[in-house]
Amino acid sequence: MALSLEKHKMPVQDPKVRAHNFDEVALGYDEETAVAEAERCLHCKVPQCRKGCPVSIDIPTFIGQIKERKFDEAIKTIKESNGLPAVCGRVCPQENQCEKMCILAKKGESVAIGRLERFVADRAMEQGEEIKPVEYAEDAQKVAVIGAGPSGLSCAGDLAKKGYKVTIFEALHKAGGVLSYGIPEFRLPKEKVVAKEIENIEKLGVKIELDSVAGRLFTVDELMEEEGFDAVFLGTGAGLPHFQGIPGESLNGVYSANEFLTRCNLMKAYRFPEYATPIKVGKNVAVVGGGNVAMDAARTALRLGAEHVYIVYRRSEAELPARKEEVEHAKEEGIDFQLLTNPVEVLGNEEGWVKGLRCIRMELGEPDASGRRRPVPVEGSEFDLPMDTVIIAIGTGPNPIIAQTTPGLETSKRGNIVADEESCATSKPGVFAGGDIVTGAATVILAMGAGRKAAAAIDEYLKEKRSK
Amino acid sequence: MFKILKKEEWSPSVFAMEIEAPRVARKAKAGQFIVLRVDEEGERIPLTIADFNRETGAVLIVFQVIGASTMKLAALNAGDSIVDFVGPLGQPSEIEKFGTVVVVGGGIGVAPTYPIARAMKEAGNKVIAIMGAKTKDILIMEEEMKAVTDEVVVTTDDGSYGMKGFVTNAVQALVDRGEKIDQITAIGPVIMMKSVADATRDLGIRTIVSLNPIMVDGTGMCGGCRVQVGDETKFACVDGPEFDGHLVDFKGLMSRQRMYRDLESQEKDHVCNIGLDR
Repeated sequence: MALSLEKHKMPVQDPKVRAHNFDEVALGYDEETAVAEAERCLHCKVPQCRKGCPVSIDIPTFIGQIKERKFDEAIKTIKESNGLPAVCGRVCPQENQCEKMCILAKKGESVAIGRLERFVADRAMEQGEEIKPVEYAEDAQKVAVIGAGPSGLSCAGDLAKKGYKVTIFEALHKAGGVLSYGIPEFRLPKEKVVAKEIENIEKLGVKIELDSVAGRLFTVDELMEEEGFDAVFLGTGAGLPHFQGIPGESLNGVYSANEFLTRCNLMKAYRFPEYATPIKVGKNVAVVGGGNVAMDAARTALRLGAEHVYIVYRRSEAELPARKEEVEHAKEEGIDFQLLTNPVEVLGNEEGWVKGLRCIRMELGEPDASGRRRPVPVEGSEFDLPMDTVIIAIGTGPNPIIAQTTPGLETSKRGNIVADEESCATSKPGVFAGGDIVTGAATVILAMGAGRKAAAAIDEYLKEKRSK
Repeated sequence: MFKILKKEEWSPSVFAMEIEAPRVARKAKAGQFIVLRVDEEGERIPLTIADFNRETGAVLIVFQVIGASTMKLAALNAGDSIVDFVGPLGQPSEIEKFGTVVVVGGGIGVAPTYPIARAMKEAGNKVIAIMGAKTKDILIMEEEMKAVTDEVVVTTDDGSYGMKGFVTNAVQALVDRGEKIDQITAIGPVIMMKSVADATRDLGIRTIVSLNPIMVDGTGMCGGCRVQVGDETKFACVDGPEFDGHLVDFKGLMSRQRMYRDLESQEKDHVCNIGLDR
């Protein structure tokens, strides 16, 4: 049989229907398709795909196990390196990671590694995976993890498996970080996937304390000096929304993407008034920005009943930082991309509500320090779009509460915590950090990779501490 | 889950509750607030801390029934629990020996001025409390306030108790009698805080106000609570809630507070069968 150069298609919800519901868009492989897709893998002698995975999952082995229909073994292989496979199989930008390195990608389409990871994880969840709790030694050392997002969860899971008593402190009333408040239901189901993956980590013996704002309820020093934690991992993310600083940003109807998505995903405002948190979406909605968060906000606005949703992005399509698949999904659903366009003012009416967005056209100039061509305004090209709602999705920065309340913790000019790339060690002994709080906003899997590295480094640190 | 230890009805729409939250009580300082959620379908609502007891682990909140969530909260009793109680949040009040300090509370805004008055007194200030209420029967915490201050002035809009008029009249009266005021902290409805700030601007009295914009998380991650202070955009939940009243854009604040008014009334109608709404 000739090798197919294309991935097996994954069924998706019809764009016309899905634009009006919050159900998952991509429906996942069935068993037969998964096995057939696994058979496309050439089992390279020197597998490149593993190098593209930030947590180095043994990809050829788990794909081989799918081929042989040994699905229970396949999930074990994945879980050796990744505690949240149902999440990563869905939201990783595989085209820039494992699948980019796949040998098949040179001639055609790579093996659908992400979809296969998702298949195995979903199947395990449906069948009720058994997870054995870790047995702790009487004198097990204690580690505090601040933040229950991807980096904290992966760090905690790994540490538990190594026999440490781990407590995660989470500021919100639900664990998951961006998985719970940021990425929408239609990309990442909350009850079916996120809650279950978190439960699996708790089953290992990890304790999660919700409603616990580090820096306010306790300081890092207090955890170590008064509450007996031997080490601390900071995985607090980049959750502070940036605004553009243009006139009119405080008008009613202007949201940060964080607020808009938190209301919708975490507080379930799309089910108001059954759920008490309200949300407001007008007929015309502009989302400013071109990343995954912008796509998520735009597609959420559409599902909340907006008639016309714009993406307003200052560079061109080629520079859109969002995942290709998400951009395609957004286009299929009818999102209007205003590229090479930048807002200069939010226009308001007398009652203080948004009524329009004044934009200016841009052109691409010389490459800047980062190598991307810099957008330059085209003089005199201002125009107004009528608008009821504006969502700002131009990025986030680190929340300063931890840095402000932890003496001796070195931070960068931008407010990120300075930590060694390999060991995740900060300037403060016993305190480690990883994920977006160190790197600035990046991906789920990079944060998980950092969490894993930190767990290994904490293990070494604590072994040494004990032997002293 | 957080247990309600005690509930009191202070007036037909004002309730006080002691919530069992030992860790919050241990860290709470005057001027800070909490965010609570009544049940799994509930929204996150911010309330200023009215008192705390580090020994018993109780945190006192005082709230007025104004919408669906406060109505649901008011329907609970001692022994019941709420799902979330997050805090202490925000920056504590700046407490030091200023000299003569006046705390001005309007309506249920009196409650959060109580721990501030107490802390100011402990810091060695002469503390005068001005307490404003529409009528005598909705005045709260008079005895408590007397116990921690040097002087209490009560005003009622209708003159049914204390001095007739608004809290600003009482501030003026203090100035007229030659009281040298070093700082005023005013907490209450936005319109009251604005009036106090307007009145003290020309008098050159430093005036701190505690803002109450709409909040979601209360930890600085959404900016829903942003307010203009001078030339800067501030997040009330992490930079505040207290700010220099002479720099706050009260008009913008009032406008943003109205953002969900229509939905709020819709929601209130949705669950409003328990007869608490007046």
